Amino acid sequence: MNKVYIALQDNDVSRYIVEAIEADNPDVKVQYQPAMIRIENDLQLTIKRETVEEKIGRDWDVQELHLSLITLGGNVDEDEDAFTLSWNQ
Amino acid sequence: MAAKKLNMKDKYKMLTRDLDWEFSYQDRKEAFPYEEYEGIKITDWSKWEDPFRLTMDAYWKYQAEKEKKLYAIFDAFAQNNGHLNISDPRYVNALKVFLGGVTPVEYQAYQGFAHVGRQFGGVGARVACQMQSIDELRHVQTQIHAMSHYNKFFDGLHNWNGMQDKVWYMSVPTSFFHDARSSGPFEFLLAISFSFEYVLTNLLFVPFMSGAAYNGDMATVTFGFSSQSDEARHMTLGLEVIKFLLEQHEDNVPIVQKWVDKWFWRGTRVLGIVSMMMDYMLPNKVMSWREAWEIYFEQAGGALFKDLARYGIKPPKYVDIATAQMDHMSHQTWWNFYNFGEAAGFHTWIPSDKELDWLSEKYPQTFDKYYRPRWELAKKMEAEGKRFYSKGLPQLCNTCQVAMINTEVDDPTMLVYRSTEYKGEKYHFCSDGCHDIFVDEPEKFVQSWLPVHQILQGNCGGADLETVMREYYGMDVGVDNLDMKGSPDELRWKEWKSA
Amino acid sequence: MSVEIKMATLEPVRHTFTQIAKRFGDKPASRYQEATYDIQAVTNFHYKPSWDPQHNLNDASRTAIQMADWYVLKDPRQFYYATYVASRARMQDNAENNYSFFEKRQLAERLSDEVKNKLIRLLVPLRHVEHTANLNNIYGVSVGFGTALTQALVYEGMDRLGIAQYLSRIGLILDGNTGTALEQAKQAWMEDSTWQRMRALCEELLVQKDWFEVLIAQDLVMDTLTADLYYRQFDCWLADQQAHDVTMLLEFMQEWQKDRDRWLDSTLKLVASESDSNRQQLLQWANHWSGKVAEALAPIAMELIDGDALSRSMDALATRLNKLGIK
Repeated sequence: MNKVYIALQDNDVSRYIVEAIEADNPDVKVQYQPAMIRIENDLQLTIKRETVEEKIGRDWDVQELHLSLITLGGNVDEDEDAFTLSWNQ
Repeated sequence: MAAKKLNMKDKYKMLTRDLDWEFSYQDRKEAFPYEEYEGIKITDWSKWEDPFRLTMDAYWKYQAEKEKKLYAIFDAFAQNNGHLNISDPRYVNALKVFLGGVTPVEYQAYQGFAHVGRQFGGVGARVACQMQSIDELRHVQTQIHAMSHYNKFFDGLHNWNGMQDKVWYMSVPTSFFHDARSSGPFEFLLAISFSFEYVLTNLLFVPFMSGAAYNGDMATVTFGFSSQSDEARHMTLGLEVIKFLLEQHEDNVPIVQKWVDKWFWRGTRVLGIVSMMMDYMLPNKVMSWREAWEIYFEQAGGALFKDLARYGIKPPKYVDIATAQMDHMSHQTWWNFYNFGEAAGFHTWIPSDKELDWLSEKYPQTFDKYYRPRWELAKKMEAEGKRFYSKGLPQLCNTCQVAMINTEVDDPTMLVYRSTEYKGEKYHFCSDGCHDIFVDEPEKFVQSWLPVHQILQGNCGGADLETVMREYYGMDVGVDNLDMKGSPDELRWKEWKSA
Repeated sequence: MSVEIKMATLEPVRHTFTQIAKRFGDKPASRYQEATYDIQAVTNFHYKPSWDPQHNLNDASRTAIQMADWYVLKDPRQFYYATYVASRARMQDNAENNYSFFEKRQLAERLSDEVKNKLIRLLVPLRHVEHTANLNNIYGVSVGFGTALTQALVYEGMDRLGIAQYLSRIGLILDGNTGTALEQAKQAWMEDSTWQRMRALCEELLVQKDWFEVLIAQDLVMDTLTADLYYRQFDCWLADQQAHDVTMLLEFMQEWQKDRDRWLDSTLKLVASESDSNRQQLLQWANHWSGKVAEALAPIAMELIDGDALSRSMDALATRLNKLGIK
């Protein structure tokens, strides 16, 4: 199965983002490596603004993701409510 | 009246995509003259999908925040003599290779993306390229600033910019980017955004930077990951570009496939130096080059090419050969630099016994059989006071300009020699991939500025290598080069640590 | 004792990079210096560009202007990427406050129809001119020479995109985010006789080959005239019409103009004083393009302010050229 992935810097904001990812994508695999967190999933992975806001307790703009992002794999679809990575098959 | 809420896509369209217009007074082809000569057919630029819809105000805001964090770390690093916290002074040699090899190509990316950011007829693609251009300038400058402190305490970093267009092994990354920049705008984008950024740069920036963290180098890991946060945008541009070209016209498919094949191969040759940084130059290991290749090329690239199959795009030609070579690449490359350590601008060394064991474990098929015996011999000779250096310089491949150290897949004791004749001259290659690239564009590759030939022809300011290194390269001979053992770098480190 | 020894052994081996030390001596260098001087490659270009086989990839001979050393063109603001984005982040923060305030208080509703129409028909279309300026500056980045100058051009290129986006937002504020004002403005740009000479001029600028000539035509001539017309004279006109609120939306452009001119003036003075042939070339370009820009702006200035507005702006340009030594 094709895997999409995203890597985030290991910092405080990322911890909330990872929590949100785990809540919305129950099957994700999270790996902690030096200074970074790598998250992968089969075919699709979504980061929802609402869930991140719930975890972090403040307004959170999806574009803020760029402050913590290291790399990703998959087709990107970004709008004001969510950031999604996907492969078509 | 309350204003209607605009969604991100519509807002971006109105603020950016609608800025351009249909020309009435000049031929639009005169304003964007390079769009057709490569044979690519664009029927409708408005079909371009913007991967990220960053307007300039958001760009300034987020980038300034990234820079604020980054420079706070640089300041703290310098003020606290952060260089004393690294795992081992040998590690700094990876930074010398990085500043000499990577920073100048980031500069070329800055120039190349400005060129396509001016020349594409579609405003969406143009703006994405312009943002990448200024991002690349950011990477150049943050890399210089991160290294600035190291330069004050270690040798071999001081003349990175004077050496970028002259030193024999630097012509590998330099010619790679010259090749891309001298191509048409679509090939440039396919080469850099797709093949390089999307398929290959993760191999440098992700595991190597994680390794920098693991070796106590706070400055480098911070700029590395901070750069990568831009890179994620750049990679996505790469994927959008290839999808856009493939969707625009079926005639684009074979052209794109040819570029995918060419630039994948060019890219893997450039990565030789990264493989050696990962396996030999990081004293504390995160993962082997082979493992990085599996995660970031075989798995990630595999998923990508499966996704692109619906357009009729196949995985790159010679991908099986490249993958087979990954069991050899770092060992051959480091051995080559160990041999030619007199003519390198950084220090080389024999791996410690613990490191040799790690390499044996990570490369069970190849290391003990082909490479460990060489190091055991080198160790013996060094113990006898006979550290050897190969004299002169190695022959270089006419396409990728890497030394001819590549071996046959079915017999790793045999060097690959391929050649062809063009207009009465003979040209040599390290691989079938490089041979094919030359044969497809001979008029381009007969222009290759081969550093070793140039020295022999007297074009580098001297007949003997030492004069060339001193005068033309601007190396501090006897200080920047030679073995790590006994180097001023090593002596100073011992002094600092004993004080 | 041991503290002193530690201090002594931690003395740096060198204070900066070799190429920086060659210019300024081996002493601690500024971040601007290390990130700017001599970082662009100068020799051994492998392949001729397929899109310009007469030149090397990096080639100073793509313009008629000649400099013994392109790195004398220091940016007085000493902008490198980090200081550039920090400056613009602060400016955009102010602008964001202004724009939000204007939107939240629905200040657009207090504008007369005359003012609104003028904004839509005569100010908002300027975003297409800014888009042209974006391309013209990025052109200089792509084929210009020396990091000192090209980095300032990339900052300006991105600034111009930002300004085009702010002007577009003014349109959206006026039409309640429906986009109708932007459509009307675009229609004016495409069809209105007032704008056609300006549009023709923008198209003409985009087919010029000498990047320094483009810089003179766009950043010096066109910008001096439009800035005087819009951000000085029109600003006053708005105040006279009790439409002060709108000037909040133009603050970014006004502050930007000042910041940019500090760099541009310093650069052009240095280029003009480098040699007589540079000075004459700059003068010839300035004369050639000021005629064309004046022609293009005449109908706009007339409608925007009055029949004398353009000649006031032309005076401002003449004064500036004189000050720069382009005479």
